[in-house]
Order: sequence, then C-alpha cells, then structure tokens
Amino acid sequence: MDVVVFAKYVPTPEGTPELGPDHLLVRDGGDGALDPGDTYGLELGLRLVEAHGGEVTVVSMGPAGAIAAVQRALAMGAHRGVLVTDPALRGADALATARVLAACLRRRPADLVLAGIESTDGYTGTVPVTVAELLGIPSVTAVRAVEVVDGALRVERQTEEGADEVACPLPALLTVTAGATEPRFPSLKGIMGAKQKPVETLALADLGIDVEDVRPTQRVVAVADAPPPAGGEIVDAEVGIARIADLLVEAKVL
Amino acid sequence: MPSAAPDPLDLLDLDALLSEEERQVRDLARSWVRERVLPELEEWFERGVFPAREIAKELGQLGFLGMQLPDESGSPTVGPVGYGLAELELEAGDSGLRSFVSVQSALAMFAIHAFGSDEQRAEWLPPMRAGEAIGCFGLSEPDAGSDPGSMRTRARRDGGDWVLSGTKMWITNGSCADVAIVWAHTDEGIRGFVVPTDRPGVRAFDIHRKLSLRASVTSELAFDDVRLPGDAVLPGAHGLKGPLSCLNEARYGIVWGVMGAARACLDAALNYSRERIQFDRPIASFQLTQKKLADMALAVATGTLLALHLGRMKEAGRLRPEQVSVGKLNNTRAALEVARTARSILGANGITLEYPVMRHMTNLESVLTYEGTEEVHTLVVGQTLTGIRAFS
Repeated sequence: MDVVVFAKYVPTPEGTPELGPDHLLVRDGGDGALDPGDTYGLELGLRLVEAHGGEVTVVSMGPAGAIAAVQRALAMGAHRGVLVTDPALRGADALATARVLAACLRRRPADLVLAGIESTDGYTGTVPVTVAELLGIPSVTAVRAVEVVDGALRVERQTEEGADEVACPLPALLTVTAGATEPRFPSLKGIMGAKQKPVETLALADLGIDVEDVRPTQRVVAVADAPPPAGGEIVDAEVGIARIADLLVEAKVL
Repeated sequence: MPSAAPDPLDLLDLDALLSEEERQVRDLARSWVRERVLPELEEWFERGVFPAREIAKELGQLGFLGMQLPDESGSPTVGPVGYGLAELELEAGDSGLRSFVSVQSALAMFAIHAFGSDEQRAEWLPPMRAGEAIGCFGLSEPDAGSDPGSMRTRARRDGGDWVLSGTKMWITNGSCADVAIVWAHTDEGIRGFVVPTDRPGVRAFDIHRKLSLRASVTSELAFDDVRLPGDAVLPGAHGLKGPLSCLNEARYGIVWGVMGAARACLDAALNYSRERIQFDRPIASFQLTQKKLADMALAVATGTLLALHLGRMKEAGRLRPEQVSVGKLNNTRAALEVARTARSILGANGITLEYPVMRHMTNLESVLTYEGTEEVHTLVVGQTLTGIRAFS
C-alpha cells in the first residue's frame, strides 16, 4: 500500500509569527517546523505500510525552507519526499494549494492520502477534501482509526456524539484527528539518514500547472487583533464540582 | 547588522556553530526528556528509583545507546558533538539519566568495543545498543577510588577458566545490569572481564540513603569465586590504561552533560526571578540578582563553548586526555556553582523538588567526584603545566 502524507511547514508554535505589509504570513526565514497536526496522519501511514508493505511519500508545498518539514517526516520514517516550491505560489490560497497537491498525486498516484484536519497556521481545513474532489476519490474527515479489510478501508470517524464507522474503497483520502495516534519520535539513525532519502523538488512547470491556475482568488484586506476573551466563570472548587461537570458536558468534553 | 537579541540560554549563539543534523539530534533528546522523562523524574528522585529497563528500551529505540560507537554499518550514528549535545540534553533532565547512558555507552559498550574479542562484540553490543541488555562498569572499590591500582579484586587462572573474587563499589546500573565489565588484578597485571551478572557468585546490593543521584541505580557488586570461561577476559586491555581510557570517554560526555544541568538551573532561576515580587518589583530587577544571573549565564555559555571546542578537537582526532581533564574540571565546578547560585535566587522554594535546582545541585556533587575527582583532575592539569606528577 503506497501512502502519501501531506506535510505543511508552519511557523514554530513557540515563536511569534510576523505578518508582512500584504497581511500574509512571512514564511521565509524565521523558525518553522513540520505542522504537529500532520504528524498523526504520518504515524498512521507509517503503521499501515509497516503492516501491509509499501512506502510513505511525504508531500509538501511551501518556501524552500519547507524542506525542513519534509526532512522531519523522513527522519520519522517516511521513505521519500516531494517539495513543491515556486515563487508564483507565494500567497497561494486553499484552492491553489489543493490544485498543486492534486497534481503531485496525478504524477505519482497513491492508494491512500493522509492529511491533518487543518493546518495550525491557516486553519481553513479545506485543502484535503478539495484535493479528493479534484482527484475524484472518496474522502473521510476526522478519522480516528483505520483498518484495512479486504483491500478497502474500515474507518472510525470522530463525531460530536461519538463515532461513525465508515466503509471506504481505495484509493481514498483521509483527514486524521490529533490524538488518533501517538506520533513516534524520530530515531537518531532516522535523523542522520534523512538526507540520504530521495527528495524531489518540483516547480509549477514540472507539474504542468499554469501560473494563472494558482493565482489567489482571495486577498486579505485587513487583520485585526482577536478580542480579549470574555469574562469567563470562576467556579469555587469546594462547591463547584457539579457545575464544572455541567460545563464539561455543555462543551461536549464529557 | 546583528540579528535578534541573544537567547539567554544560548548567550553566544553557539547554535549557529552546529550542523543541521546536530541541532536535530539535540532537539530529539530535548523533546524526549521533556515529554517522557521530566513528568516522572521528581517522583523517581523522591522515591529513589530509576526504571532502568523501561528507559533502556526507549533509549535503545531512539538510538541513544552506544550512539558514538560504530554499528553494523561500520560508522557511528552521531559524531562527538552530536553525542555531547545528547548528553547535555539528558543531563538537563537529570544527571542520573545521563549517568545511565554514559555508563552503558561510554564505559560498558566502549570497553567491549575497544578491547573486546569479535565474539564479545557480537554477543553484547547489539542487545546493549537496543537497550535489551544493560551494562555496568566495575572499577572503584570500597578502598580504591582515586587510586584504582590499589584494587583488591583478583582473578586467578584455574585450568582454562578464570576465578574472580572481590568487591566493587559505587557501580551505576549495578543491580539492574545484565553484564558487568569488571577490572581485576591478575598474574598478568590488571585485566578486564566480561561478566554476565547471572553467573553463580555474583551478587548486587543497592546503596540506599543517597542524597544525590537518587534517580539512578547505584550498587555494590560482590564477586565470590565467580568462575568464568577463559574467553571472558577482554583481550585488548592490559594494565590500568584500559579502564582509564574508558573513563576518558565518559568524562568527555560529562564535559557536555553538566552544562545541561547548569542550563536547566539558569532557566529555572531566570523564570523565577522575573515572577517573584519583593518590595513591589520582580527580584530580577535587583542588582545582586542580576549579577547572579549574569555569572550563571556566562558560566553556561563559556562551559558549553569549551565543550564544543573539545568536541571539534575530538572530531579531528586530536583531543588529549589532559584536555578532557580541563573540560571536566572546569565545567563540573562551574555547573555546581550555577546550581548553588540558582538555589539562592529561588530562596526557600529552591530547596524543594518543585524546582529542579537543588536536585541538580546534589546530583552535581556526585559528578564533581566521579570519573576523576576535582582534585585528581586539578593535579592532572598541574602535571601538564609543570611536568611534575603530584600524586602516585
């Protein structure tokens, strides 16, 4: 089973990301890393190929520095990497990104595509399902467990009330919830060997994509600070256990 | 134009002197310690336990055991600087954790790698690398510390066998080890033996009531006429030079490691001094506190720079034992001073396990003494300067 895992290079959560004059995130320079939200799918993909054979290819689109996210995924065990980087992709929106990722998959098809639910910087959560739509393959979102049964998938899908069990043919695309797996640490050998693994760096032309097709269709016109969080409620620990339980139920945590 | 303001924990931007892989090795060790070890460490320290088996397996999977020694592929997983950075991050967790890795990697595995037969290497190194077998190293004795030549442990020939008798003391990993590298007098001078700890006559007693390295197994090993096959001896080691060259490897790791403990203390003191309000202002605003913080940051920066310099020399194959003594002496002393100073900034809170500083401080009292005492390393430097040996 050949698996593709999408990997986004995002600013490190510890840092303070900078916005440029065009209100876009400054992605060059600064500290970046593999999006932690992508590591659950990566772990799932690694376990699937460990059990069923095949390879994990990690695919990323981003500035040249995004190679760090690819390297991290390779250090964790992915077999090969693809980085699409092109000056014309600066400021690419979700649709443009999906077109690029779909083109990568047309170029080298996979049985299964895994992605995070949403990126921890952009949070649109729309890229993976758009890729599935562009490729004409089924997608299941918010996946927390997967089994391969008779060449198809049996998927557990997280819902507000509990879980759906979904049967899904291959090839397919899944978005994987945080906590679905416990992402492994890379090993020292993985880190030292990552540079020896094959990585393709592609430009738009390599994918046969016209610059016009990835021109952003949306533009950020203003950015405002988030309002400070409203009051909240202080519950006295002595008397408030029941109230806290109610709040947790209300928040659908319990 | 200078870039962003310096990181207080890396005042000299030594990060820029590391390769991308070295940084990743460092980050791996740091995140593993933070996520898997620190949440439980205080509990281990308080109870005086160390879950060696479990930790060994995890360290083995990550590749930290014997990382500096050539593996099946013929080359080491990481170079001397990567190894040092890993030791630093492990000791930023706890000196006991770093001691476990040092003893396994730089003493036990190194001895087998450097002085062992092909059979000994094939039998022990792969499981030790995987963390499935734990090693320890028996040199010190109740009455032989800085003067290891005065050891009383003896091995005598009996037909084709060896018979080993004696007592080893202060043995890290002693009671949890599967294999002990034991040094003993023989008719051929001091020799090293690979002793499986399940041999009849091998007994281990843990040393209790320790006030230092509490999250570490420290034992006494007793060998009561332990019969070993003729091929249990390490063929490549003759005389004290054998064990001393192992210690030199371990000391190199300590040069780095203690800077991790010191950095953790600086970090804790810095955070505390910003948050602790006295006389209506953070204590970080007082000149005496700033002097303490500056002294600590200087010690961490210069000690780590020294470790890195020695690491690059080791990479180039020109690091001498006397220079390792300079590093061990300087950095261990400096780290202990940093820990003590950090404790003073944390005031009464500094004496609890809620903060790492006193734990590091008491650990470093051991590190100051083991692998060559402060005094012995001072005299090694003295001998290097004068050509006159002041001990022996």
